Amino acid sequence: MIKRFKDIFVSLLLIELLKGMAITGRHMFSRKITVQFPEERTPMSPRFRGLHALRRYPNGEERCIACKLCEAVCPAMAITIESEQRDDGTRRTTRYDIDLTKCIFCGFCEESCPVDSIVETRIFDYHGEKRGDLYYTKDRLLAVGDREEAQIAMDREADAKYR
Amino acid sequence: MSFVTLVFYAFSAILLASAVGVVTARNTVHAVLLLVLAFVTAAGIWLLLEAEFLAITLVLVYVGAVTVLFLFVVMTIDINIEKLRAGFWNYLPLSLGVGVLMAVEMVLALKSRGFDAIASSHPAGYSNTKELGRLLYTDYVYPFEIAAVILLVAMIAAIAITMRKRKTTKYQNPAQQVSVRREDRVRLISMPSERRGAAEGDE
Amino acid sequence: MIEIQGFFGPLWLLVWTLAKIVAIIVPLLLGVAYLTYAERKVIGYMQLRIGPNRVGFKGLIQPLADGLKLMMKEIIVPSGANKFLFLLAPVLSMAPALLAWAVVPFTPQMVLANIDASLLFIMAVTSMGVYGVIVAGWASNSKYAFLGAMRSAAQIVSYEIAMGFALVGVLMAAQSLNLVDIVNAQQGGFWHWYWLPLLPLFLVYLISGVAETNRAPFDVDEGESEIVAGFHVEYSGMAFAVFFLAEYANMILVATLTALMFLGGWEPPVAVAPFTWVPPLFWLLGKIAFVLFLFLWFRATFPRYRYDQIMRLGWKVFIPVTLVWLMVMGAVMQTPYGYLFH
Repeated sequence: MIKRFKDIFVSLLLIELLKGMAITGRHMFSRKITVQFPEERTPMSPRFRGLHALRRYPNGEERCIACKLCEAVCPAMAITIESEQRDDGTRRTTRYDIDLTKCIFCGFCEESCPVDSIVETRIFDYHGEKRGDLYYTKDRLLAVGDREEAQIAMDREADAKYR
Repeated sequence: MSFVTLVFYAFSAILLASAVGVVTARNTVHAVLLLVLAFVTAAGIWLLLEAEFLAITLVLVYVGAVTVLFLFVVMTIDINIEKLRAGFWNYLPLSLGVGVLMAVEMVLALKSRGFDAIASSHPAGYSNTKELGRLLYTDYVYPFEIAAVILLVAMIAAIAITMRKRKTTKYQNPAQQVSVRREDRVRLISMPSERRGAAEGDE
Repeated sequence: MIEIQGFFGPLWLLVWTLAKIVAIIVPLLLGVAYLTYAERKVIGYMQLRIGPNRVGFKGLIQPLADGLKLMMKEIIVPSGANKFLFLLAPVLSMAPALLAWAVVPFTPQMVLANIDASLLFIMAVTSMGVYGVIVAGWASNSKYAFLGAMRSAAQIVSYEIAMGFALVGVLMAAQSLNLVDIVNAQQGGFWHWYWLPLLPLFLVYLISGVAETNRAPFDVDEGESEIVAGFHVEYSGMAFAVFFLAEYANMILVATLTALMFLGGWEPPVAVAPFTWVPPLFWLLGKIAFVLFLFLWFRATFPRYRYDQIMRLGWKVFIPVTLVWLMVMGAVMQTPYGYLFH
């Protein structure tokens, strides 16, 4: 009974509310942890799965041999490949499209590729302004690969010992 | 025509129009909102009569509380307007008679108390509110208190009618919930850890 | 001055009043705009974030950018909505929020209409604000909006009673319904302000004020996690912005009333030299800012009340507390110790 009256009295003093406000009040003056994105970036793993790229061999020959394993493994069916025999008798893709609006960035294409051709880069802050902008064709993927080759090669190197 | 008279006629026109709207509106929510308009305009007319306390109280009590609850109820119930209008012409003569009678009674009552008397001008520092309070608690203290008691009785009756404990609903008592301490719920006991062999033997 | 007066002739009174109204409304709306900014900043800081900081220096132009965005957007009227009432609702909630400022004094001289029953006037006008919410909820023809409107109506009507009783305490102590007189009755240092002798009423008023403006932790009528945005879920563009303005204008109003009635208005905390140099208006503004900061602090700290607990708090805690304190006050004022409450 006495305890009950004590509880009522204590709750009328709003002590618990004041305790809560003390916590938020204290945090107001502590250091902020926001990362100022375009200027600051958080550290990234070499396995990061961002925008796709098609790689080339050092001699400029494209790696992709149109085995279509990535197309088969893609759970979102975001990859479309068509292939033909090239004049020198090798099989190459005539079409290699990734619809990034479908892609779920699972990285299966990268894992399944026997020649390390399709890879996912660290780029995640890309955008499209028109409807077709996120439909990446072979030319654009190769261009990404050419642009990012140094970083891609470094990431492969760093991850090689775990494979 | 002075400005005050002009305002009076404008307010009266709005008041009458909205009052007619209250009874003729097809949509009940519109009717209630027109009622609000009527109350506010009536308060405006009272302000012209220098009864600012009454005017503000009218807005506070009727617009601010009573009509909100009206609206609350009217919005939630499903009214079949056709069914309500079915006996309109049958009831019209009776309701017209009652209406006219009420109007005549009101005019007579007000006439006898000097309806035409012009409001006397007041000295500076005259407070309508203070005067009203003084009158209520001196000359009219008994009627005022009786009215208060009647309202209280009505309030208690309304609560008594609507309050019932349903057995099927589960209630929580926040005071009880808040006053729970760890000691009431968790019991810490010290227990020696079991031998490894014994635990494996159970599998 | 005389020349301008001569130029307008008989219209002078009208023009002068309009000028005074503009002088109140414009700073108020600017205050509303920067209150949204302050809210985002303060709550951000309390949550270890930094809030808006991109538009202008430290994000100071953010409110203007937000306003511009809302003005450019389309006002969508849902099909099946009652178009007239749908568009009237924001006006209904904005008008009372601005109307109440007519009688709010900023200094003993600076008041648009120093009427006798100004406190009562403010209560009457603010009680009309609920119509905007209800009409919005009903006219939207949406169940979430309707739910929000119902919750809001019940909540506002309930807390108005506790708030009214708290104000009865103030007017008992000040023996006046006039806001200027109420502030003048609190002269002579912060221990004469009514927050101390009327501490329970002050707390009840402050918390009811939060509930009355539908702010967290009493924001069930727009509880984002349950009914999306409550009564204004169907509103977009400027119609939504008007609701937003009304909410924040009401917040500032409640903060101003708290400052006037419980925190001594424009009186300095101690009537000695360094404090009396500051103009009275700045003391009032400082106190308003303090109460508004409390509002933001509450929002950053407390989780939302459950609906039945809001009702319980209003009816079973606040109203009894205020009634008990009113009786204590009334009794003590009849004894020689009555000066405690004056």
